[in-house]
Amino acid sequence: MVTRGFSSGRRPPTDDDARIPPGQYLEQGFPVLSAGPTPRVGTQDWSFTLKHGPRPIKKWNWAEFNALPQTKMTRDIHCVTAWTKFDTSWQGVLVDDILADAGLEPPTGFTLAHAFDGYTTNVPVKDLTAGKALVALLYEGKPITPDHGGPARLLVPHLYFWKSAKWLNGLQFTTRDEPGFWELRGYHIYGDPWREQRYTDDP
Amino acid sequence: MSDAAAVQSPWQVARIVRIEKRTPRVTSFFLQPSRPFAYRAGQHVDVRLTAPDGYQARRSYSIASAPESGGVIELAIEKLDDGEVSPFFHEVAAIGDEIELRGPLGGHFVWPEDGNGPLVLVGGGSGVVPLMSMVRHRAARNSSVPVVLVFSARVWDEVIFRDELITLDDRQDGFDLVLTLTREAARRPADYSRRVDVAMMAQAMARLPEPPGLAFVCGSNAFVSAAAQALIDAGVAAENIRTERYGI
Repeated sequence: MVTRGFSSGRRPPTDDDARIPPGQYLEQGFPVLSAGPTPRVGTQDWSFTLKHGPRPIKKWNWAEFNALPQTKMTRDIHCVTAWTKFDTSWQGVLVDDILADAGLEPPTGFTLAHAFDGYTTNVPVKDLTAGKALVALLYEGKPITPDHGGPARLLVPHLYFWKSAKWLNGLQFTTRDEPGFWELRGYHIYGDPWREQRYTDDP
Repeated sequence: MSDAAAVQSPWQVARIVRIEKRTPRVTSFFLQPSRPFAYRAGQHVDVRLTAPDGYQARRSYSIASAPESGGVIELAIEKLDDGEVSPFFHEVAAIGDEIELRGPLGGHFVWPEDGNGPLVLVGGGSGVVPLMSMVRHRAARNSSVPVVLVFSARVWDEVIFRDELITLDDRQDGFDLVLTLTREAARRPADYSRRVDVAMMAQAMARLPEPPGLAFVCGSNAFVSAAAQALIDAGVAAENIRTERYGI
């Protein structure tokens, strides 16, 4: 349905339409969104725990985690609130390298990412492995600020950005695909921006 | 937490049936969906505009009206000069126009139905919109839940819904309004003229008969960060603070 009087002339300019998923617009800044106050997590209090169901597999402190192999990743990111940001650059530990350090083959097909503020989000294993996702420790070469999820956040850039949990403190393998915080509150179970999977009933 | 999953709905056409200027920068658009829907106070809708070349822009807007207000929903939209959707509403949209919308959306920043005790609502600028739905909902159902709304605006003339809020405040039925102006002197005796801080939050909460069960904070990212920290410093547990940020 064409909206009377609306034209694409106000659209924020982009030199590469093919990089913008349907319904998104190009954002130059880096907006901050979260469901609660920003937790202040000091690196001395930070830890990351890998779990299979309720059972802890391995736990790293900040120094141990930073000693794991680090990978740089520059990707476009897409927020469900409709902004897309090009070429965000991150550095951190690939989920593949976390599993390798734990000596673990994925025991199930699904995970829940956990955060210090109680936030959770579900991501299938196939979307985390084979170099697709990392636990980011640096943004543009510097420690990630608290409002963007520091000390560490998940980065799953090919899914809507609510999947890239801020203030990450663990990854839990689950038997079933268990919906997380926003997935229980109306948002899509998978969240592919190219299929515009924003809300629960999107195909 | 025990929020129910939000009920979804597909895109539908809604007609603009009324337009009302609220402040120099904020105008309310009253939309009549072709398929009216039930919603909870605090929820939002997505609006989609389509250009002749097929380009579409979508944005989320909080609902300002109470769920009890019938089939027409009110969106109070602030004009953002560098935006592409809000300038369309302010400069082009007219009564009778049809807009595509989808909703209700959001299952977290919503009035709690199951009695969480007194509520603190903190809004900055147009961040008051979803809180206004809650305040109107409370009034419409004659709820006895004590509520204090701290509303920060730059100047008196930018206090959205000002007359209606003051009228509700005057009822003295357990709803308290605290206005704070950041660029002008306070106009009412118990109001403030400064940015929100811990002392203001403590004094606002002292108007409640018991400590709040939940706090809702909405506004710009800078406002929400400052207000949420002030609430924490005034003794509200972080897990009881729900926030909604414009992003910027």
